[in-house]
Amino acid sequence: MILVLPVVLWMLIFNYIPMFGLIISFKDYNPYLGPLEGFFKSPWVGFANFKEAFTDKYFLSALWNTIYYSILNLVIGFPVPIVFAILLNEITRVRFKKFVQTVSYLPHFISWVFVISFIHELLAVDNGLINEIILKLNLTEKAIPFLATPKYVPSIMVVSQVWKSFGWNSIIYIAAITSIDPTMYEAAVIDGAKRFAKIWYITLPSIKSTIVIMLIFAIGGMISPNFGLFEQMYLLSNSMIQDAAEIVDTYTYKMGIVLTRYSYATAVGLFRSVAAVILLTGANFTSRKLTGESLF
Amino acid sequence: MIKARKLNSDSIFEIFNIILMSIVILLTLYPFYFVIISSLNEPIDLLNGPVFLLPRKFSLANYSYVLRDERILKAAFITLARTVIGSLSAVLFTAAFAYGVSKQRLLGRKFFIGMALVTMYFSGGLIPSYLLIAHGLKLQGNFLVFIIPNLFSAFNAFIMMSFFRGISPEIEESARIDGANDLVIFFRLILPISLPILATITLFNGVYHWNSWFDALLYGGRKLETLQQYLVKSIQSANVNVKAASYVSTLTVSSTSVRYTTMVITAFPIVVAYPFLQRYFVKGIMIGSLKG
Repeated sequence: MILVLPVVLWMLIFNYIPMFGLIISFKDYNPYLGPLEGFFKSPWVGFANFKEAFTDKYFLSALWNTIYYSILNLVIGFPVPIVFAILLNEITRVRFKKFVQTVSYLPHFISWVFVISFIHELLAVDNGLINEIILKLNLTEKAIPFLATPKYVPSIMVVSQVWKSFGWNSIIYIAAITSIDPTMYEAAVIDGAKRFAKIWYITLPSIKSTIVIMLIFAIGGMISPNFGLFEQMYLLSNSMIQDAAEIVDTYTYKMGIVLTRYSYATAVGLFRSVAAVILLTGANFTSRKLTGESLF
Repeated sequence: MIKARKLNSDSIFEIFNIILMSIVILLTLYPFYFVIISSLNEPIDLLNGPVFLLPRKFSLANYSYVLRDERILKAAFITLARTVIGSLSAVLFTAAFAYGVSKQRLLGRKFFIGMALVTMYFSGGLIPSYLLIAHGLKLQGNFLVFIIPNLFSAFNAFIMMSFFRGISPEIEESARIDGANDLVIFFRLILPISLPILATITLFNGVYHWNSWFDALLYGGRKLETLQQYLVKSIQSANVNVKAASYVSTLTVSSTSVRYTTMVITAFPIVVAYPFLQRYFVKGIMIGSLKG
């Protein structure tokens, strides 16, 4: 059918050609030969690009940062939507509940550019909201240069990540909680269960499988291309905190686009994708063995 | 529901919970409020310290400056154009595929679905795509670079496909008896009755287009600056000299105030449209999660 063909062609060009393009990570791609010639005529170099990455201390530090930030995001960011969904469900005023729910989704639709711009104003040394408050309360002598101090990068990252995504990520749990059979709660009340007992013995077990599946997703997605993290770090980064804000994606961008080392950057990207696939399969396998829940 | 009012711990919990949720709302909305009041404050006065609740000195100077700044206006126009053209074209393009593969009689249907499925999990990544678009297709600096690479999304296609499958085949059969061909059926029959799902997906595409800046950074250059990209440059120039960030120009606006005002403009359409459209937004994710 003619309806399908344009998309098939589009996929061949925009999805499958770049996949073939991954081959240049085993070559020394010469951009001066032009894209086609460069792709076919550039010399093979085997795993040299990968070897180089693993001896480059900047790459290793970017890799470490990516893993560290992902774990941090998982440990702090993962439970928040669950707790939020459960607490929200306990609210009996229906209109208030709807309102909170609606408001909580809003940040998801706001761009990272806006969020990071706001953080710049919030944490600015001159006239920043936070510095103004801590100075007024005499908590510090001098304004703190949050955005120029590497040790604040992880906290800024996690807080903004949670702010932007907690509501949206809670949708799936709210849906799961809504589908719990209300007679279970009624039976529990007759048995004398208090609120916390209901949460602990009914709500949590009922959404357990949802939690497990989301956890597999989260673990599997840990070092896969996470555009949010890239945008955050790219936009936060400045010369003072460069090392702390460097992640694999920003490293790939710098190597490939800024320094035009195409083959090398492709190799770095390919390594990250392969690691991500391994992680996802691993998380899925572990979960199937332990809990019987799995994605595939 | 049985209300256990006599249980004291229960009502304490309820109050605590409501307070907590109110704080959550406050933390979610305050950033927007803060940006708005800052943009409405007199720019020079803002350099004396941030405003918290209301503008100290109310002024529209920032807006009259920003709305006369050609660079911002041009960026707004490009952003608007890519949002409208990009989201509409993508939804049509994707729907055509989704409708095609939703029909059992399509030759190679399984193969095409598989092809789309693969793209959801594997991609060439940043550099090969960049080489293709910038060097291979030479789309750099061309407005189409915002439109064409975003035409199709396998995820949206699968959402639409499951919707199209739910349309009863009798409607199509009767149209076919009346002499309509596949194209006519698709445009005159299927698209109109699928309007709710198409609207939801258009909305998601629209938000994506409005918010995206990375492609503007990669392929846009100076010529095709979007609003988000303008804001990015504005933070980065403030970054370069963190100390001189509050530099005052002779135009009686400060770079900080202009930034606040641009922030309001970049978030404005979404925040304003959101209360009215949130039903569609939420419906979108529900369909998505049921599928996945």
